[in-house]
Amino acid sequence: MEHTEHQTTTAGEHAHPGPAEYVKVAIVLAIATAIEIGLYYITSLPDAAVTFLLLFLMVFKFALVALWFMHLRFDNRLFRRLFVTGLILAMTVFAIVLTTFQVVR
Amino acid sequence: MATTEAAQETHRTATGLDNRKLGMWAFLGSECLFFGALITAYLLYRNSSTQGPYQSDVYDIPFTSVSSFVLLMSSLTMVLALAAIQRGDHQKLHVWILATAFLGMTFLGGQVFEFTVFVREGLTVTRNVFGSSFFVLTGFHGLHVTIGVLMLLQLFGMSTAGRLPQEQSLRVELVGLYWHFVDIVWVIIFTVVYLIP
Amino acid sequence: MAYASPIPRWSILQRPTATSGFWSWITTVDHKRIGILYGVTSFAFFLLGGMEALLIRLQLARPEGRLLDAESYNQLFTMHGLTMVFLVVMPLSAAFFNYLIPLQIGARDVAFPRLNAFSYWIFLFGGLFIYSSFFLGGAPNGGWFGYAPLSSETLGVNMDFYAVGLQIVGLGSLVASVNFIVTILNERAPGMSLMRMPVFTWMTLVVSFLLLFALPVIAVALFQLTGDRILGTHFFDAAFGGDPVLWQHMFWVFGHPEVYVLILPAMGIVSEVLPTFSRKPLFGYPAVVFAGAAIGFMGWGVWAHHMFTSGLGPVANAAFALSTMFIAVPTGIKIFNWLGTMWKGSITLNTPMLFSIGFVAMFIIGGLSGVTHSIVPSDFQQHDTYYVVAHFHYVLFGGAIFGLMSGAYYWFPKVSGRMFSEGLGKLHFWMMLIGFNMAFAPMHWLGLQGMPRRIYTYEAGLGLDLWNMVSTIGAFTIAASFVVFMVNIVRSLSRGEEAGADPWDARTLEWTTSSPPPHYNFAEIPTVKARDDLWHRKYTEDPSGKPVPVVAGAGDHSGEDEHHDIHMPDPSFWPIVAASGLPFIGYGIIFAWPWAVVGILLAVTGLFGWSLEPVAEEGGH
Repeated sequence: MEHTEHQTTTAGEHAHPGPAEYVKVAIVLAIATAIEIGLYYITSLPDAAVTFLLLFLMVFKFALVALWFMHLRFDNRLFRRLFVTGLILAMTVFAIVLTTFQVVR
Repeated sequence: MATTEAAQETHRTATGLDNRKLGMWAFLGSECLFFGALITAYLLYRNSSTQGPYQSDVYDIPFTSVSSFVLLMSSLTMVLALAAIQRGDHQKLHVWILATAFLGMTFLGGQVFEFTVFVREGLTVTRNVFGSSFFVLTGFHGLHVTIGVLMLLQLFGMSTAGRLPQEQSLRVELVGLYWHFVDIVWVIIFTVVYLIP
Repeated sequence: MAYASPIPRWSILQRPTATSGFWSWITTVDHKRIGILYGVTSFAFFLLGGMEALLIRLQLARPEGRLLDAESYNQLFTMHGLTMVFLVVMPLSAAFFNYLIPLQIGARDVAFPRLNAFSYWIFLFGGLFIYSSFFLGGAPNGGWFGYAPLSSETLGVNMDFYAVGLQIVGLGSLVASVNFIVTILNERAPGMSLMRMPVFTWMTLVVSFLLLFALPVIAVALFQLTGDRILGTHFFDAAFGGDPVLWQHMFWVFGHPEVYVLILPAMGIVSEVLPTFSRKPLFGYPAVVFAGAAIGFMGWGVWAHHMFTSGLGPVANAAFALSTMFIAVPTGIKIFNWLGTMWKGSITLNTPMLFSIGFVAMFIIGGLSGVTHSIVPSDFQQHDTYYVVAHFHYVLFGGAIFGLMSGAYYWFPKVSGRMFSEGLGKLHFWMMLIGFNMAFAPMHWLGLQGMPRRIYTYEAGLGLDLWNMVSTIGAFTIAASFVVFMVNIVRSLSRGEEAGADPWDARTLEWTTSSPPPHYNFAEIPTVKARDDLWHRKYTEDPSGKPVPVVAGAGDHSGEDEHHDIHMPDPSFWPIVAASGLPFIGYGIIFAWPWAVVGILLAVTGLFGWSLEPVAEEGGH
C-alpha cells in the first residue's frame, strides 16, 4: 500500500450524488420492497423460485443502501474492503456451520 | 489552550482517511459477524420447535412490511441530513435528522407492538426455540436502532445549540453509517425471517 | 466562521492534568503507561493462574489424591484455563502492542488514546469480576470452553460468572482491536510503508483483525448461554429443539482464531529478537509476513477440528482435517525463516535470544502434536486425553509464554531504562525449560495410555503414577524459575545498569528513543527510508556484505526537557468511569437487577462525559 500523505477532508473525496439522486435510489428501494411483499402473497410460484427471488431482491436492496447511502461506491476502496471482508467471512463461516447440521439431521 | 475541533479534521494519516471513519467501518465489519451469528441461530431453529406457536401462527406480514418500509425510508432521510450539513444547510439538517429519528422511533414502536401481540398469542422467548431465536435476534436489532435514535437526538441537540458546524459533518456521517447498517441488517432480517417460505 | 464550542463550561469536564502519582495512572491515556498497566496486571493474573496450576498438580501428583474434592478441582482447572487465555496471554500481548506499536511505526500514540485506556480498565474490572466469583458463590466450573448443556443447565452462579465475565473482557479486546487496526493503518510515519513495518507490528495487525471478526461470534454465544441460564431461552436445550452442538460451533468459530491470537504476537516478538541477536535481517521478511496473514486467514477454516468426535459426519470431518493439515504450511514457512535468520549469523546467546530459540524448539514439538490431531482417527484416540493437554501447553506455554518472556527481557531495558541480570535471566531460562518439559512431555504418553482430561483423581495401579509425579515436580520447577524472574526484575529496577537507548544494537525505531522514551516518543516524527530503518542509519555494508558503522548515524536521543511544545492528548477519567459500569451490570444480571441500573448509569455517564470533554490537539479520541 502506498504511504502517500493526505490531508483528510470531511466531504467525500470524489463527486457524490445530490439529494435528487438519493430520492431516486429510495424510490427503487421502495419498488423492490413492494415486489418482495407481492412475492410473499403469490401462491402459484414454487417455493424455491420465491426464495431465490426474495434473496436476490434482498441482496439488491442491501447493495443499493451500502453503495449509495453509505457512499461505498464513491469512497476509498479500503472502506469497502473492510466491510466486505466481514460480510464474506460471516456468510462463508455460517454457511459451513449450517451445512454441517443439515448433513447430520 | 483553545479547543481545536477543526484541527482534528486535518490530522495527517498514512492512508489519507479519517481515523474515526476507518474505525467505524472496521466496527461495522465486525457487526456483520455479530448479526450473522444471530441470524444463523434463527435459520437453524426456524423449523425445530417442539411446540407452537409457529411463524404462520403469529406473523403479520402487512404490518411488518409497513414498519420495514418506514425504516428503509429513514435511510433516505439520514442521507439527506448528511447532504444538508455538507452544504452548510442547518435548517434542512434539523428537519432531516428529526425525520430520521422519528421514523426510527416509529419502527421501534411497531416492534414493541408486534412483540406485545406475539406474547399475547403465546410466543415468548422461553416458549420454544423459534421464540428464543426470534426475540433475541430482533431484540438485538431493536437495541441497535435505539442506540441509533439516541445518537441522532444527541446530534439534533448539538446542532440546535449551534455546536454542530459544517466542518464537523463527519459526526453526522458516522452516525449515518451506523444507521444505514442497522437498516440493511433489517433488510436481511425481513427477508430471511419473515418472507422466505 | 466562528461557532460555539461544543463544550459547556462545566469544571467536571476539565481535563485532569496530573503527570505523576496515583491519579495520573488512573487518568492516563499514554500508550506506554497503559502498556505497563497491562503488563503488571497480566503478570499478577499469571501468578494466580500459576497457583491454580500448582494446586491441580499437587492433587494429581499421586493417585486418589485428597487435597481437592471434585467440585474444587473443576473450579480450579476452569479458572486456570480462563485466566491463562483471557487474563494472561491476551493482555500480556496487549501490553506489548500498547507499548511498542506507536514506537515501532514512528507515531506519538495510538489513534484513540482514551479508547485505549478504556480497554485496559475493562480488562482489569472484568478480570476482578470473574475472580470475585470465588467469594460470591463459586468460580466457573464447566471448563474454559463451557460446553452446553453442562454450562447452560448447571445450577449455581459459577457459569453465570463465566458467561457474563467473558462477555465483559471480550468487549475490551474488541475495542482494542479497532484501535490497533486504525493505528497501524493510519498513524505510520512518512516512509513507513506496510512492507517496511517490523514483523511484530504486522502480527499485531493480523491479530487485531482476527479479534475484530471472532469476538462478535463468542459474544453471541455468550448472550445465548446467558439467555439459556438466566432468561430461560432454549438455544442449547435439546428438549425444546435446541442443539448443544451449536454452542460448540459458535465457541470454536471464535476459539480457533483465538489460538492464533494467542500465538502470533509471540511469533512477532521472536521475529524481532532473532535478527537482532544474529546481527542479520529476518530471513524472508515478505514470506514471514504473508505466512502470518495466511495463518490468520486460514485459521477461519479449521475450527471443527475441535469437534471431530461430536458427530459431524465423515464429509465435514474430512474437510476440516484437510484444512487443518494445510495450516501447518505457513507455520512451517515461519520456522524455516527463523532458522534461516540464525544460519551463519553472528549469534549472541543471551536471555532474550535463548527464550526465542526455546520458543522455536518447543513450538515445533507442539505443532507436530497438533498435526497428529488433524488425522481424524488418531484424534478420536487423543481427544479428551492428556495428549491434548500436552499439545496445547507446548504451543501456548512453550510457544506463547516463552515468546512473551523473550519479549519481556528484550524490551525491559527500553521500558525501565535499566539492564537486567544476565546470570539470573539465564537461570530463569534453563529452569523454565527443564521444568516445562518435565511438566508437559509426560502428558503425551499419559494421554496415549488413556488418562482422561478434567478428572480430579485417578486410580492407583493404572501405570499413571510415576509420570504424574514427574509432571508435578516439573510444575514446581517452573514456579521456582519465576521466583528467579521476579527477583531479577525487582533488583534490576532499582540497581540495574543504565541501559541507554540501544543496548542491543537493534534494528527498529523504538531503539532510537531514550530508555524509557519521553512521553511524546519522538521529538520529530522520523522519515523512514527502509525496512529496519535504524539498522540502515547505523550501518552500511562493505563489499563482502559485512556491516560497517556509519559515523554519527545513530538515532535521535533527545532528552525529555527539550520539547515542551509537543502537545500530547490530555489525560481523562471518563474511560475508567465508563468501564466501571460493566461489572455492576454483570452483578445485576446475575444477582439483582438494581445493580445493573447502577452499572448502566455509570457507563452512560462515562460515555457522555467522554464525548463532551474538550478534545486534545493531536486528533486522538
